[in-house]
Amino acid sequence: MSKDNQILEEFTSKEYEHGWSVNYEADEAPVGLNEDIIRWISVKKEEPQWLLEWRLKAFKTWQSMTEPEWANVQYPKIDLQALKYYSAPKQKSKPKSLDELDPELLAIYERLGISLNEQKRLQGIAVDAVLDSVSVATTFKETLSKLGIVFCSFSEAVKEHPELVKKYLGSVVPITDNYYAALNSAVFSDGSFCYIPKGVRCPMELSTYFRINAANTGQFERTLIVAEDESYVSYLEGCTAPQRDENQLHAAVVEIYAGAHAEVKYSTVQNWFPGDKNGKGGIYNFVTKRGICAGDHSKISWTQVETGSAVTWKYPSCILKGDHSIGEFYSVAVTNNYQQADTGTKMIHIGKNTKSRIVSKGISAGKSQNSYRGQVQVMKRATNARNFSQCDSLLMGDRCGAHTFPYIDIHNPTAKVEHEATTSKIGEDQIFYCNQRGIATEDAVALIVNGYAKEVLNQLPMEFAVEAQKLLALTLEGSVG
Amino acid sequence: MLSIKNLHASIEGTPILRGINLEIKAGEVHAIMGPNGSGKSTLASVLAGREEYEVTEGAVLFQGKDLLEMAPEERAREGVFLAFQYPVEIPGVSSTNFLRTAVNQVREHRGLEALDAVKFLSLMKEKMKLVEIDQKLLSRALNEGFSGGEKKRNEIFQMAMLEPKLSILDETDSGLDIDALKVVSNGVNQLKSAENATIVVTHYQRLLDYIVPDYVHVLYKGQIVKSGTKDLALELEEKGYDWIKEEVESKAIV
Repeated sequence: MSKDNQILEEFTSKEYEHGWSVNYEADEAPVGLNEDIIRWISVKKEEPQWLLEWRLKAFKTWQSMTEPEWANVQYPKIDLQALKYYSAPKQKSKPKSLDELDPELLAIYERLGISLNEQKRLQGIAVDAVLDSVSVATTFKETLSKLGIVFCSFSEAVKEHPELVKKYLGSVVPITDNYYAALNSAVFSDGSFCYIPKGVRCPMELSTYFRINAANTGQFERTLIVAEDESYVSYLEGCTAPQRDENQLHAAVVEIYAGAHAEVKYSTVQNWFPGDKNGKGGIYNFVTKRGICAGDHSKISWTQVETGSAVTWKYPSCILKGDHSIGEFYSVAVTNNYQQADTGTKMIHIGKNTKSRIVSKGISAGKSQNSYRGQVQVMKRATNARNFSQCDSLLMGDRCGAHTFPYIDIHNPTAKVEHEATTSKIGEDQIFYCNQRGIATEDAVALIVNGYAKEVLNQLPMEFAVEAQKLLALTLEGSVG
Repeated sequence: MLSIKNLHASIEGTPILRGINLEIKAGEVHAIMGPNGSGKSTLASVLAGREEYEVTEGAVLFQGKDLLEMAPEERAREGVFLAFQYPVEIPGVSSTNFLRTAVNQVREHRGLEALDAVKFLSLMKEKMKLVEIDQKLLSRALNEGFSGGEKKRNEIFQMAMLEPKLSILDETDSGLDIDALKVVSNGVNQLKSAENATIVVTHYQRLLDYIVPDYVHVLYKGQIVKSGTKDLALELEEKGYDWIKEEVESKAIV
């Protein structure tokens, strides 16, 4: 059908919707990476001596490491010396409320469709917006502080709660962990910090929107979430980046600590620029995310919807140290055009009666490559550990790839580990069936894909689930023909 | 309503339809019968716009518009409905959700407001009675794990929801026991009006006891070789298709 082809053409040629950048004056570090740059950042951020030393130690460690090559992704080597490691929007003085914020910055968020004002009015989500490297505004802080909850930018936490930061920073992801985590530890610029005191149930979803703006700026976020005994928090992270030809590096670290009977839900909707349809440009997303269920009966749940980035390298993991602790990982990873994703999780069972659940849904379209890489490790002491893994792959077209790399490592005979995997293809029959009921092809794809990913999308908070559904549809538009 | 003129269609270069001519007016029920491989399902698929089939010659007008120029979803929105012989499963998508998307896209095309959840559910409740379908079935993933009878019932239910002008039932009787056949036929009959038309594609006469056609056409080797009334179907039931084949072959020799 000629009309069909026209629609197809229209959507395959659709450009990334968030692809624009605003020329605001930036306060930038000089190009390059060395000890002086790290000192420069530390001074700029008015950091205490211990943190500078920690950074320098991380930098030394990083220098002795080599870039990992085991992931099923290919990309030209990144010249880390050609990047700028700090870029902050210039502000006259620190804002105390939204009204004092630079209207141009606020406009950026409006265009992203996540206006802070709107967010503030709606739902009661507290947003800590990160533009490039500095946290721009933090809302709802007052409401939260009454409960003893700390939710602020990482830099602020360093100033106001140094004892907490010092205690937990690097406790889940040590600086020696991996190449990118070490790099992040050396040069991280800002991020979010969240502390939930004992017995407190955080009454609202905490949310951070990241956005990379300045050209050639590596963004190195550092997020630390501490949930003390018997506390609960649900944390949302959303990402968008403007369109650029150069590949940009994003190497974040997220650390989660959960005390006894504490529960942390961490949800991500990632929409970094994936590169254009010829595979030019796009974000390199090399992220280390890890949580530790330190106390008995604690629970950490990761939910991710990955639609963006040119190259993704990401394994949100759980260390199940406390007895009866639970780790969960729900993931939808979509790749289109020339995107490459190597993502999955690690579940490390250390405590007795620990449980983990992995549900991974990969969707590959265009000429993309989508890999699931997961590790389930049961240590000697972990009596009665349970794991269930389900890894499904959905293929659209015949030029993409789906790969599954499950690693299972058991050191206790009482462990029960299950792994299920399926691979399916979106059928022309399914599309035609929808068409015949009056549903346009792109809506049909959205419907089918959302059905496929439902188990994961159901884990997201309501308003995020809606956004995620739209994103899935947008990412895959025109990929079936 | 539907005017098919000298329609030729082929799949992967093999001609299947070789010059179909058919006129259908509003209010009529036409049965298309014929032996296996005669092109019955192909005709249904070509009318619905399935892409594997290439129309090589001829024209189809639907309510005065060129049907062959339209994409499958446009045909559906204009009022062509195909009840599939093998309804497709869509995991994770509930029938309700699926139908709401469909109904609202069709309504939009017809210049009507989209139905909100409340209005949609009340429309659903009303139409559910027609085919005695259980609401539980509609909250399950579309056709997934449905029995043959449930799938066919769901097809007719969708037809009721979408209120098409022209319904094409492709072997709707296959895989149905007699009770399910009665329920499905009863639904189709209730949806019949002076404004819409129905094409019943079937191999067996049995269905036509319940959905009584105004005309019966026999398809053989991609052409309509004989047309008549319901009596023709009965004759076919009694004598099989062989005499038609013989008749056609002898004509060809002459």
